[in-house]
Amino acid sequence: MNIIVAVGDEFHHEPGPSPSEAGPATKRIVVGYGFWIFLLSDIVMFATIFAAYAVLRYATAGGPSGVELFNQYSAALETGCLLASSYTCGLMSLAISSRQYAVTYLAALITFLLGASFLALEAHEFAGMIAVGAGPQRSAFLSAFFMLVGCHGLHVAAGLIWLAVMMAQVAIKGFRPIVERRLLCFSLFWHALDIVWVWLFTVVYLMGVVA
Amino acid sequence: MTDTQYDRAPGDASALSDVEEGTSSGVLVYTIGLFLAVILTGISFWVANTSLFWAGGISLGLTVLAIAQMGVHLVFFLHVTTGPDNTNNVMALAFGVLIVALVVVGSLLIMADLNDNMMPAAELMNLQMQH
Repeated sequence: MNIIVAVGDEFHHEPGPSPSEAGPATKRIVVGYGFWIFLLSDIVMFATIFAAYAVLRYATAGGPSGVELFNQYSAALETGCLLASSYTCGLMSLAISSRQYAVTYLAALITFLLGASFLALEAHEFAGMIAVGAGPQRSAFLSAFFMLVGCHGLHVAAGLIWLAVMMAQVAIKGFRPIVERRLLCFSLFWHALDIVWVWLFTVVYLMGVVA
Repeated sequence: MTDTQYDRAPGDASALSDVEEGTSSGVLVYTIGLFLAVILTGISFWVANTSLFWAGGISLGLTVLAIAQMGVHLVFFLHVTTGPDNTNNVMALAFGVLIVALVVVGSLLIMADLNDNMMPAAELMNLQMQH
């Protein structure tokens, strides 16, 4: 039987007690698991908004429908931005675990820029829709659309602020365990947002165009 | 890797910080994930635009593709595995998926049923005229 004892930043294998006697898990596991639970509850919230959108999809009240409004080209670009930023976020977590400051900053910068381009594309799309009179007050369908896509966009915006704050913490505090735990939570958040976007482009942009 | 007694933090590639294993295998995992996700996204966009398939089945096909891509993200980006150190993470995820499925499928079923049973507007007008 082995138990992992965290001493500072290093892990050693030592003979230890049985699982029931091992004591509480490390803080990284507890924090990560707690954030995992939060993310799942956040996804349940997204599910309710998805359900509202799916129910109200055809409630256009004589206004424009998804087929007329959605631009697949812009949706594909947004998907590419978010997917690539999820990838660079993964590279950033690798750089963090190997303590490479320069690579961490570079990966974080690319992640930030890709996330910001995603938001810019989405803002452009929203502005274009509102300009042709298809704002959230036009129909139940558009209310649900702006709620769903806007809620995801707000999450991305919050993630960008979080990423900037985390890079400031890395610069000032270095790779302390507490900073690393926060970075772990950030990467979980960012990957979860990409999973929400997978459903979003499938349900809103692709199924909307098919129907 | 020996039998670890602690769970693995969600998102961690392994319970130990594998310095000796290096980051090259980690990069490979993320790159495979990106590659698969790009392929699945490409297929989704193609399926939505092609006229090759029966139109009624496209929504179902897109749903299957989205589930597959969600799996790719979970395995390659969030490092969810079936290992014993991941049981807690997987159980929480399974509960989340259950609630999400109940909310979405339940809402769709109930609202579709209500729509079906709704009296057409013309009939409703008739009923009001009789009084």
